[in-house]
Order: sequence, then structure tokens, then C-alpha cells
Amino acid sequence: MKKLSARRRHPLAALVVLLFALAATGGLYTALAPADEAKADQGSSSSLAIDEGKKLYTVGCASCHGTGGKGTSDGPSLTGVGAAAVDFQVGTGRMPAQQPGAQVPKKQAKYTQAETDQLAAYIASLGPGPSVPNKEQYDPNGADLANGGELFRTNCAQCHNFTGEGGALSKGKFAPDLGDVSKKHAYEAMQTGPQNMPSFPDTVLTQKDKGDVIAYLKTVNSDEAETPGGYKLGGFGPVSEGLFGWVFGLGSLVAVAIWVAARTAKAKKS
Amino acid sequence: MSSETGSHGTGSDEIVPENEKLPGEHGHQGHSVAVLDEDPFADPGLPPHEHRVQDIDERAARRSERTVALLFTVSMLATVAFIASYVAFPIDKIVYVWPLGHVSALNLSLGLSLGMALFCIGAAAVHWARTLMSDVEIADERHPIEAEPEVKQKVLADFRQGAEESQLGRRKLVRHTMLGALTLLPLSGLVLLRDLGPLPGTKMRHTAWKKGKLLINENTNEPLKPEDIVVGSLAFAKPEGLEREDHDFATEIAKAALMLVRIEPDDIKDKRSLDWSHEGILAYSKICTHVGCPVSLYEQQTHHVLCPCHQSTFDLSDGARVLFGPAGHPLPQLKISVNKDGYLEAQGDFAEPVGPAFWERG
Amino acid sequence: MSTTTTNAPGAGAPGKRKAPAGEKVADWADGRLGIYTLAKANMRKIFPDHWSFMLGEIALYSFIIIILTGVYLTLFFTPSMGEIEYHGSYVPMHGVVMSEAYASTLDISFDVRGGLLIRQIHHWGALIFIAAMLMHMMRVFFTGAFRKPRELNWMFGFLLLILGMFTGLTGYSLPDDLLSGTGIRFMHGAILSTPVVGTYVAMFLFGGEFPGHDIIPRFFAIHVLLLPGIMLGLLTAHLILVFYHKHTQWAGPGKTNKNVVGMPLLPVYMAKAGGFFFLVFGVIAMIAATFTINPIWVLGPYRPDQVSTNAQPDWYMGFPEGLIRFMPGWEINIWGHTLVMGVFIPLMLLPVVLTAIAVYPFVESWVTGDKREHHILDRPRNVPTRTGFGAAWIAAYLVLLIGGGNDVVAQFFHLSINAITWFVRIGFFVVPVLTFIITKRICLGLQRKDREKVLHGRESGIIKRLPHGEFIEVHEPLAQEDLHTLTAHEQYRPTEIGPDTDEHGVRRKVGPVEKLRARLSKGYYGEDAQIAKPTAEEYKEITSGHGHH
Repeated sequence: MKKLSARRRHPLAALVVLLFALAATGGLYTALAPADEAKADQGSSSSLAIDEGKKLYTVGCASCHGTGGKGTSDGPSLTGVGAAAVDFQVGTGRMPAQQPGAQVPKKQAKYTQAETDQLAAYIASLGPGPSVPNKEQYDPNGADLANGGELFRTNCAQCHNFTGEGGALSKGKFAPDLGDVSKKHAYEAMQTGPQNMPSFPDTVLTQKDKGDVIAYLKTVNSDEAETPGGYKLGGFGPVSEGLFGWVFGLGSLVAVAIWVAARTAKAKKS
Repeated sequence: MSSETGSHGTGSDEIVPENEKLPGEHGHQGHSVAVLDEDPFADPGLPPHEHRVQDIDERAARRSERTVALLFTVSMLATVAFIASYVAFPIDKIVYVWPLGHVSALNLSLGLSLGMALFCIGAAAVHWARTLMSDVEIADERHPIEAEPEVKQKVLADFRQGAEESQLGRRKLVRHTMLGALTLLPLSGLVLLRDLGPLPGTKMRHTAWKKGKLLINENTNEPLKPEDIVVGSLAFAKPEGLEREDHDFATEIAKAALMLVRIEPDDIKDKRSLDWSHEGILAYSKICTHVGCPVSLYEQQTHHVLCPCHQSTFDLSDGARVLFGPAGHPLPQLKISVNKDGYLEAQGDFAEPVGPAFWERG
Repeated sequence: MSTTTTNAPGAGAPGKRKAPAGEKVADWADGRLGIYTLAKANMRKIFPDHWSFMLGEIALYSFIIIILTGVYLTLFFTPSMGEIEYHGSYVPMHGVVMSEAYASTLDISFDVRGGLLIRQIHHWGALIFIAAMLMHMMRVFFTGAFRKPRELNWMFGFLLLILGMFTGLTGYSLPDDLLSGTGIRFMHGAILSTPVVGTYVAMFLFGGEFPGHDIIPRFFAIHVLLLPGIMLGLLTAHLILVFYHKHTQWAGPGKTNKNVVGMPLLPVYMAKAGGFFFLVFGVIAMIAATFTINPIWVLGPYRPDQVSTNAQPDWYMGFPEGLIRFMPGWEINIWGHTLVMGVFIPLMLLPVVLTAIAVYPFVESWVTGDKREHHILDRPRNVPTRTGFGAAWIAAYLVLLIGGGNDVVAQFFHLSINAITWFVRIGFFVVPVLTFIITKRICLGLQRKDREKVLHGRESGIIKRLPHGEFIEVHEPLAQEDLHTLTAHEQYRPTEIGPDTDEHGVRRKVGPVEKLRARLSKGYYGEDAQIAKPTAEEYKEITSGHGHH
């Protein structure tokens, strides 16, 4: 604290305070303002949705992605990314991004689904791109699990691990755990390739294939996933198994050994 | 020469050894140090035996006996439970058990009952040993392992006599030919190993790729067109004519596996790489040049591809140059173009061997 | 419990009594095997009690468990790389083309009742087996139990550890799943990196190009026959030597270098050791009941063009994995040949890391020049240099383990994989040195504490005020047993090269080997390497004086 007070007369102190204040008001505004507007436009037509989306965009996104989605040095152009990309990025809370870093992590979504749809409608109007998938696409009946598994191991497991537990990439980037990703968002991620993930357009991985992959993923990694052998220890493979074998396996055996070798209590001398 | 002190029997520690002293000798011998009347650190001998409760109180002993018997009984019941579980639970029955998750009822019940049956036998035996069997400590004498000098002399004499009688030292011809025969003999065993596998030849320099072979999408099994692959996407391809059911599929795909990405031509730094691409579609070998894992952790914004096995990182926008990790050379690139029907095709085989480096690679 | 009797067997004393059935069987066996002579020496053999003496038993028992469960698994496992389409009970694999090895492993897991349990016991048992061997080895190392006459048994144990690692590695490879196939892929690449012969060895081992159709059946023979066979032989020799040498023991009252104090084999040790087998088996069975290991059904069958992140070997191969991962990609091309240093150097470092610990007993005995038998264990603190070396070795091993799991560490702690790799690259050289220095300091501190305790007694926590106002803490003198135990260890003095002229004034030649030995000896036993233990004179001087100090 002493250091802080000593520096308050520094020439740049006023600038720092100003920046903090701006960031705080801006943050408060982005957090609160859109929520109020959301109530106004239930059931709006698509052109209305685009208008509303544009308003939301101007407030919450334009500072990084530029007016009209042209992109700036802080954020890529959004022309042609499609509604699916917006639905994924905003719906999983990745956008608006909180701070720069190796990768923008997912967090609590800032916008309601209705607002997300308006934003998506606006971005989709900027240029043609993948639209938000429907339930028949991401959750088809009679999905082929075996096909999904093969495709998952060919296209996804290298980054996300066998059962989609996630994995590390270079320099602090990572492929996230897929356990709690909704089917729709999983579909959109494959379709649009968010951040450093490559995209798997329908020409590479068909719509049906994506449905199969999602069905397989949910079979092996969800709250309902069966682990016949018992607790899965995170599903990270030999590293967690080895650690467990040492700490719990050998640890409990050593504890038993201590009991076996210990002297039996002697009778108290009276 | 080193020596040691500290034979606690006399308490004459820290005695300067003579320079020629053998390490085995104790420091105090041959020195006239005043012998202390009493060594405070002397070995007091085994402490007197103290009784356990079970040794003096028959009721406590009976309690121990009952505990042991109870453990054996629990083991018997657990074995019955094991058999019952084996019969009762269908193999595909899944139950939710907190905190384990959705686990196989059979595996859980068999394992726990078997574990209990075994553990209780062990616990019973140990409890029995600890509380009821005698716990009087006994000292057993050790005897030096080295033989007495007389024994050693006898053995050496016997050996000399035996060696003499064999005439091995005298009959040099016998000795030399015997050694020769025994040395040559293992060669037949070595020769027999020849048919373990074929000679390398040039096998590792060729893959299933040839000029005009279409690039087949691994996912759809359909030939790929340039427009299928957009910037930022990742696709895997195998050569036309190689099917999963083929006898040598694994061996062929282990060399031919291909990774396709599209990068804006302006972003491609390597000139040759750009020439070998088709409008920015780059076809790289998927097999890591380190030890052969399929590299395919593609970061589409940085154009880096990472190997999951040992983290070798390649820059696909710069001729797959190695950026980090233990790989020694870039991923080989396959020269591709488009045929008259508009499908992607190979312009030939890889120009260099794919996969891990080897001595003859050059 | 009435099989032992001092009476002569029936033939020797006709008409005296009718021998019981058990005795008759024993007589029969004795007439052919000489069991009475054998039993005379061994039936009441003494084994000292200490938990750390049972680590080897954990290894022994898990080895037996692995053999039992392994035999069961061979009844159902098909070691073949022939490809079939799967149609068993596991739905997410229906119609997938896979090798018979993988399909039969799926069958063991989903169609053989109890098969999954046995597979998991086998695998957990293997992890614990090698962990127990390593820990047992560390116990032997830090207590100096490897000294004469046990150097050979140390080597037997070391070979068992190496063979155990490779038996584990081949077993890990057998199910032919995506993880183990990636492991085999690595082995292939590692063999290829060997200069001159690598390509040929790889071709011969794999019966052609990778992966071919021979590697699984060949690994099967190595895994179930060749390596366990050698291990059984070594293990027998190891145990015979343990019996022959009699067990080591900690220093203490009544315990000398010429005796062994403890409980007799029959009945106490037999019950404890026999019971411990069941306890180990029981614990491993319960772990296998509740914790998944190697769920091959979600790993998928091996295909050389597929892979998953978290591609690691089992833990015992984690340190070579670390060596491989931290290595920079050096590759040298000369005269049309390639030297794959990026793979070959770590491959050569693997035996170096292991040999460093294996040859240690011989180095130490060369430095001390001690030719006597040692049956009393060292407390690690009393041999600071050895303890420091062992701790440094463990530190290097742990750094490599972190390196081998760098992707999981990065993921779990949200770190950069590149940063961890750099930490391992530097840490492999720096951390062991720091560990050595710190461990040695700690040992010396503990020695000082022991010396203090012997000379001044134990701190009682009672504060006394003296008449002139000074406060002192009352120290209780130690019992004779404790005094003996704390001073029972021997302290070597460093080797002296001696004057460079002999008694006739002729210049003596001092070779570099002798100089090295002297320097090592000084490092081991010089003034900076040990605290002189209290002498009887010092003790008397202090205790004979006045009550306090």
C-alpha cells in the first residue's frame, strides 16, 4: 500500500485512474445494458431482429470487431462467419472476450438466447455463412455410434482426447473438455472452427457424420456415460492411472504393511 | 587407505589410524588408549520381553480369537457373495454408484466380494500372528559367508586336481578346437533369425501415392475437390484404391496418410510449398518425422501443427518447418493439382521418405 | 500345528508309537528330498519386523497376482493381428474393423463374466508391481542394504526391475488399441534411429514394414513366456539369497552385525507374510473393482493414421518418455546417412539413468575400500553423500516423469507446454544438483540433532527457573538403549593419499585413479560430509559435571 500511495503523484497516475474508470463503466454497461433491451423485442420479425442485433453489436462487439463487422487489430472480421459462429461464440460465453490471452475460455454467457439470435441474425446479414443447425442436424434419430467413434478418432481425438476430455496445444492453448458442451454448440464448433480449432465443413465431414460424432461423444463423455470398469480417474490415460497407482495403490499397501509389521500393544505395567 | 572408527564396544572413538592399516581392521587394536571403565554407549542387550494383554488376560485372548474367526467367516461369506454375483448379475448390467459413476454391476460386485474374501483371510492371519502367536523376539546367530581357509584350500586343491586330470591345459589342440566349436555353434541360431523379416531395400522410400491418384476423403470415402477444403478447415486423405478391408491397409496408411489444409496463398511463406499446393491447399504427410505418430493437432489461426506424442511443432505455412520439439526435419509435402474432372490428384509420390528418420535416409 | 516333533521318526524307534499321517508324508518326502535337513535350517528362520522390509513382499505378491491373472487372460486372448469386423456386446464398436487381439480384449471386457475384473487386476497389479520394486530398491539403497554380502542380490533386483519394465511395456502393447499401437509406433521409430543396424532390426522385429502382422504375436511370446520366465528364475535366486544372507536389521539394543533379531518363520512370519499376500491381493482386487484402468473400448482399435492426445506409456516408461520429449530435434546428415540424435541420444540416456543407480554399490565400496560384511542398516542421515545421491537420482527421475506427462500437466495447471518442456530441459541438469546439496544439508542437520540429543538429552519441554533468575529447559538424559542406537553407526575417515615419498625417500607415483578415489572419499567422509558422533569421553565430560549446561 505504501508503494501505491507513493506513486499517486506520478505523471501517469491520472491516466491509469481514468483507464480504470472507463473500463469499470464499460464493463458495467455491457453487463447491464443489453439485458434491459432484451425484454422489448420478443417475437420480432427477422429484419427487426437484424436491427436489434445491430444495436447489440454496436454496444458489445464493435469495439473489437469494428463497425459493420469489418474487423480491427483486436478482433477478426465477422463478414461471412455465419449465424452458427455467433451462436457458438456468444452462446458459450466466449464472446465478448474478457481479456487477451493465449485463448478465450468459455464462461457464463452474457446474452440471453434471444439476444444471441438477434446478434446472429445481424452477423448473418453481413455475408453468407453457416446458419444455426436445427435439432435434426445435431441430434438425429438413429445415429451410427460406431461410425461416430471412428470419425471422432480420426478428426477429434488428436486434440480433445479419446473421450473428449480435452488436451494441451502449443504455448498455453488448449482443446477444451467436451463433457458439458451442448450438442448444438458441438455441431457449430465443427462447422465453424472457433479460435484455433480447424473447421470441418459439410464437404469434409457431412451433416450426418457430425450427428454421429456428437452421438458418440455423448455416449462416452457425459453425465450418463457408462464407465463399466469403475471411476474413470479423469480419463487422461496412463498419467492419472500411474499417479493413482502410486498414491492410492502403493500408498494403501504401505499402510497395510505398517499395520502388519507394527508391534502389538503391550499390557500396561501395573 | 581408509579406516573407520566407532566400534562402540570400547568407546575408543576417533582414533587416528595408521597409514598402512587395512580397512577391515578396527581402529583401537594395537593402541594403548586408556580403557574406560564403563562405556555409556554400550549395547545393553535385548530388552526384556513385555507381555501383551492377550498373554496375561485370557479374556482378551478370547476376544482376539473371536475377531480372527469373524474375519475368516466374513471371508467365507464374501466368497459366497462372489459366486452369487457371478450368477445373479447380467454382464451388461450398469448401475449408478456414487461417486464412481455408471459402472458395471458385475465388475463392482465381483471385485469387492473377491477383495473382501482375500483381505479378510489376510487380516485374520495377521491379527492371529500379532495377538495370539508368541511375540518373543529371538536372536539368531549369523555365520560368515566366506568359507574357512581349510575349506577353501581343499576346494582349490580339488579343482587343480580335476583340471590336471582333464589335461585341458596340456592338450592345446583339444582346447582350441573345443573353443572354436563352441564359438561357432551359436551362429546357426543367429542364421535362423534371418527369416524374421525382409530386408529394408527401398520399401521405406515409397508410399501408395502415384501420379494421378485421387485424394480420397477419410471421412466420406469420396474423392476431394478443391472447393471442399476451405481456409481454416482440416481434412485427412488416403490414396485412391486403398480400402480399410485391404490386407495391407495398416502398413500402407502408415506411410500414405495425408493431412490437407488450406492457407491463403499470401500467407504461405515457403515458395516451393506454394508451388506444390493447389491454390493454397497444402497436402502434408500426417506421419511425424520424429517417431511416426500422426501429427494432426492443427491450430488454424497460427497454422501450427502439433504432435500429441512428443509435442514436435511444425509451421504448415512455412514448409512444415520444425518450430519446437524433438522432430529433426519438416513434414514431407505431397505435390498436388487438379485433374480434368476437377478432383484433387497427386502429382507423384512424396519426394522424400515419410515418417521417422533412419540411418539410410540421407 | 503338530508337524514338528523332536521324536525320531517311526523307523528309528520301532514300536514306540504310531506316527501320525502328516509325519509319514514328511518321512516319505525326506527320504527323497531331504526336507528335514532343509527345515532344520529354515523353519525357525528369524525375520526382523519393519514395514519397509515388506516393500519387496508387495512386489513379490503383485508378481504372483499378475501371473495368476495373466494365465487366466491367455485363455481368452487371441494374439493375432488378423482383421475382423466386430460384432460383440459393445455397441459403439459394432461393425468396426479391428485386429483379433483388440476384439478378443473387448470380449474379455464385455463378454467374459469377470474378465474385465481380471484384466483390471492384471493391469493395476502391474503398475503396483513396478512401483513396489522401485520403492523396495530405494529402501535398500537409502539404508545401505546393498553392501557386502548383498551386492549380487542388488543386481538381481535391478535386473528384475528392468525386465519388469519391459514385460509391462510388451503387455501394454498387446491389446492393439489406439494407445498401445501408438506406443509400438514409438518403439519402431526409436529402433529406426539406431545408427547402421536400426532399419534392419526394425524390419526383422516387425516382420517387414510398420505395423505388419507379426508384432503382436511376437510381443505376446515375449510377454507371457520369455521375460516372465527369466524373471521367475531371477526372483528365485533373489529369494534364495535373502534366505541365505538372512535379513538385515536396524541398529538397536541387542542387535549386532553378528545376529538377526525378530520373529521365527514358523509360525509368526509365515502367518504375517502369508496373510500379507492375501491383503495385497485383496486391496488390488478392490481397486480393480472400483477404478477403471486402460478402458480399451473407448480407445478404439489401432490405426496408424489415428491418434489421441494424452498418448503416454504406463508410468514406469514415463521417464524415458520425458527424455524423448525434452530432447531438441537434432539430426545430422553426413555422407548420405542420417544420425537421428533427437531420438538416439534419449534412447542411450535411458540405460545411463538406470545404470547410474545400479553401479552405485560398487562405486561406494571402491571408495570406502571396506571389505567386511554389513548386516546393520544405515540410517539415511548418517550417510549424507549416499542419501544426497539417491535423492538427486529420484529428483532427476521425477523431473523426467513431469516431462513425460507434460501435456497433462499443461492441461491440468493451465500452463504452456513449451514452458514445461523448457523447465524439464533445464531442470534435468539443475534440480538433481540442488536436491543433492539440500539433502546433504538436511542429513547433516539431523546428525547434529542426534549428537545434541546424545550429549544433552531430550528436550522435556519443562522450563525451570534457577535461583539467580535464569530460565532453562530441563533436558532428560536418554535411556541406554537410545544412546546405543544413536551412536551405533560407524564413521569412515577419508582416504589419505599419504606422503608422495615412501619411507626410503623415494618418490612414490600417485595415479589419477588413486587421486580420484581420495577426492571422492573426502567428499564422502570429509569434515563437510559428516558430523563427528559423540564420543564416550565427551559424554562423560558433560554428564559427570553439573546437572545442567
